[in-house]
Amino acid sequence: MYVAVKGGEQAIARSLELLAEARRGDTAVPELELAQIREQLRLGVARVMQEGSLYDEELAALAIRQAAGDMLEAIFLLRAYRTTLPRFGYTQPLNTTAMRVHRRVSGTFKDIPGGQVLGPTYDYTQRLLEFDTTAPAVVTPADAPLPLNMPRVLDLLDAEALIERIDAGNDPEPMDLTREPLMFPADRATRLQNLSRGDEGFLLSMAYSTQRGYAESHPFAGEIRMGEVDVVVCPEELGFAIEIGAITLTECQMINQFHGGNGMPPQFTRGYGLSMGEGERKAMSMALVDRALRCDELAEANVAPAQNQEFVLSHSDSVEASGFVQHLKLPHYVDFQAELSLLRTLAAQHAADTDEQLSSVVGGQRP
Amino acid sequence: MSALLQVRGLSRHYGQRIGCEDVSFDLHPGELLCVVGESGSGKSTLLNTVAAQLAPTAGNVRYRQRDGKWLELGALSEADRRRLAREEWGFVTQNPRDGLRLNVSAGANVAERLMALGMRNYGQLRDIARSWLERVEIDATRIDDAPTGFSGGMQQRLQIARTLVTQPRLVFMDEPTAGLDVSVQARILDLLRRLVNELGLAAVMVTHDLAVARLLAARTMVMQGGRVVETGLTDQILDDPQHPYTQLLVSSVLTT
Amino acid sequence: MSSSQVWSEDSGHDGNVHATRKYAPSPRRGEGWGEGLGWPCPPLHQGTFCSDFTQKHSSSARRPLTPTLSPKGRGSDIPAMNYNFAFLDEDTKRMLRRALLKAVAIPGYQVPFGSREMPLPYGWGTGGIQVTAALLGPDDVLKVIDQGADDTTNAVNIRRFFARVAGVATTEHTADATLIQTRHRIPETSLREDQILVFQVPEPEPLRTLEPREAETRTLHALADYGLMHVKLYEDIAQYGHIATSYDYPVLVDGRFLTSPSPIPKFDNPKMDHSPALMLFGAGREKRLYAIPPYTRVESLAFEDHPFEIQRWEHQCELCGSGESYLDEVVVDDRGTRMFVCSDTDFCGQRRAEAQA
Repeated sequence: MYVAVKGGEQAIARSLELLAEARRGDTAVPELELAQIREQLRLGVARVMQEGSLYDEELAALAIRQAAGDMLEAIFLLRAYRTTLPRFGYTQPLNTTAMRVHRRVSGTFKDIPGGQVLGPTYDYTQRLLEFDTTAPAVVTPADAPLPLNMPRVLDLLDAEALIERIDAGNDPEPMDLTREPLMFPADRATRLQNLSRGDEGFLLSMAYSTQRGYAESHPFAGEIRMGEVDVVVCPEELGFAIEIGAITLTECQMINQFHGGNGMPPQFTRGYGLSMGEGERKAMSMALVDRALRCDELAEANVAPAQNQEFVLSHSDSVEASGFVQHLKLPHYVDFQAELSLLRTLAAQHAADTDEQLSSVVGGQRP
Repeated sequence: MSALLQVRGLSRHYGQRIGCEDVSFDLHPGELLCVVGESGSGKSTLLNTVAAQLAPTAGNVRYRQRDGKWLELGALSEADRRRLAREEWGFVTQNPRDGLRLNVSAGANVAERLMALGMRNYGQLRDIARSWLERVEIDATRIDDAPTGFSGGMQQRLQIARTLVTQPRLVFMDEPTAGLDVSVQARILDLLRRLVNELGLAAVMVTHDLAVARLLAARTMVMQGGRVVETGLTDQILDDPQHPYTQLLVSSVLTT
Repeated sequence: MSSSQVWSEDSGHDGNVHATRKYAPSPRRGEGWGEGLGWPCPPLHQGTFCSDFTQKHSSSARRPLTPTLSPKGRGSDIPAMNYNFAFLDEDTKRMLRRALLKAVAIPGYQVPFGSREMPLPYGWGTGGIQVTAALLGPDDVLKVIDQGADDTTNAVNIRRFFARVAGVATTEHTADATLIQTRHRIPETSLREDQILVFQVPEPEPLRTLEPREAETRTLHALADYGLMHVKLYEDIAQYGHIATSYDYPVLVDGRFLTSPSPIPKFDNPKMDHSPALMLFGAGREKRLYAIPPYTRVESLAFEDHPFEIQRWEHQCELCGSGESYLDEVVVDDRGTRMFVCSDTDFCGQRRAEAQA
């Protein structure tokens, strides 16, 4: 005799045990230490911090270990934990001009004040698998220290009035997307916030599409810089600014051709990307998508997916997307039953209609 | 008779560029006004500005409602603008695909405006939809077919049925026959002339084709570079054009 | 020591428990949340609600502690010691309650809210969980169902979650619950005025599949411009001879807002009309809350000559013999033999218990 399924609770408990065992793997192999993850998987840690919206290398490393290396799961873990954290206040705007630069390149000028600084990059590694990495890395010290305030490439164009001016003083106070819902139309600060939390793969594809004709793009990598930036807060009870530490950031400023419109003369326009840690692919993608999303403001035709802010911003978040795609594996017995009974009704009706037509045809042939 | 629509000093600019400049006219109930000009003359900008789909840069448009009250269209809320568009106006676009719902049947396309007005009887909706399909010379048995399978001329006739089914007081038409074969055009113009007469519609129609004006409109306005260069009775304008540009237009029609 | 005692200490509810219950919209509405005031009167008359609440819950007292990095408690049912009562901090609960009050005041209107990232995935009930977290008091009795059943994995998981982070009593009996969180069903047992039903909503916008742009659907709601939805129903009848929507069947709430009832079968729609219980809807991923206050008119859309109809079965429940409940079809062998049983497992169980007694 049929008995309604019971034991969901026990099944979940068993599943969790299996998961813990699978995550740990062979116990003869030592468990990963968080320091190992933090030090040796630093780009993974950076991505989890960036999309998890929480700059904490230790927690990101913990999340990566707990998620068995599934980055989206690690991001999700960090986000859920972040929800419970108290909000002490907001930092002052970060001054990336004063970044202590480890890497800084430009695709627009052969030589630039401060020089092209490659820093640690995978760009020129030739991608040969290195089977032996036991030899310790040897680093040749630089001939001269890098300047403390590395000039910005875009300022050179600004001096000639060839690039749009952004008046930071006119920026409205940004809203906090982790505290307030995203509403449309979203202003640029809100869009940038959304993009910075957005999934790297999604942004990469969107950015790529703008280069293949799905938006007017014509981008140049004006400047990409990576290094440490001081974080400054101004607590109300103190009344003056204090540095609370430094974080590593990657910043990308794209330069885009613009033929003028909406009352603006022909000039270069900007696209902006920023990512925690070393996240160059993310920062560049973000800058391209940011520029594409400015189409309405610049009176450009809004025709491509990457220009459609509802499309881009509503689908950029990996935690939202992953949850909703995977919720399909939850039980849908009730809805499916409703569809089944509807389909049976329609099928029966279809059969009856066909019979009727058939008999009328037969009837028509009768002498 | 009191006017239905009063347009005064209407301008619409795009940054420095002029869309239309300082246009004034009155439209009376039952009157069809043609706005004629070449592409880029500002006639579509004028139509969209009058229909409150574009905000004017200067000037104003007043519309007399069914209840006799005058509405200042520039001061209209989005809610009122949509209500007017739903209950008192109609808009026929040049490309029928812009004015139709292509993913639902012809019947649903015709019935939509009725349902928006609150009609909730499926049988009645079907009856009205069928009679309107016949009115625009579409076989009523095609009521459940998707308009994607219709020819361009049929799609345009379907759009006309969808727009006129609620018997609007004022209809805006943007080149409703452009892009169609000449023989198809003639059939639609003939249909429009008949419906406008039967329903006593007031309409503003934009066209680049003087022959269309000749066939449909008692009054015609000629535009060039965003400005009205000549306005008057259609016959008068076509037979005795005063402005050099109108003369050029008329002669080019005659010579082709 | 029971887990609920642990909880009242860790979460700072000591000494403040009564104050909390007085000002928080706990399901015990007799204590000042509308009972006797003639629902559906909006409870906004309690202007002191928010400000008092803030004072009574000065933030520092209830900050969550920093979790330890030890793996203890992970994946187990040990109470999650380092989190606030019902997981969310009190400021967030206050934000949620304010949004819920607004939702109750404007029946069927989708209130945007600052949805938080919860430790369960989006699409798995994060909206319902946040609403439940905002409402739960220590004395509540919680029931969680998914597809009508208490023992489906997601229902179990959400119930476990609240048992861990709030230590509240849970039940499978509809009549014993003060708060019921549900996915895809309304219980067969009639609900009462002192119960709240919380729905998990994947897509709060009934017009979404017809109009993808959010800015546009908000305008359509503002103007009560719902012709589009009727186009869909018209088209169903034209193409299939029926309105081919079998679940998530759109309703008009209080004659004003077109509303998604969440993906419940249309069989359950009539239970919403003039329900004595407050019904709250949470869409976490889409960041919207909405409500149907008690005794509110809820109409399922239809045509005059094609009236709304619910699903009917030729079968009765093979376990309890019920002929008026929603039935699940179960495939019992690999030859395709089917049987039909109540989807509401508690309802079915109660009937069988009564039959035996």
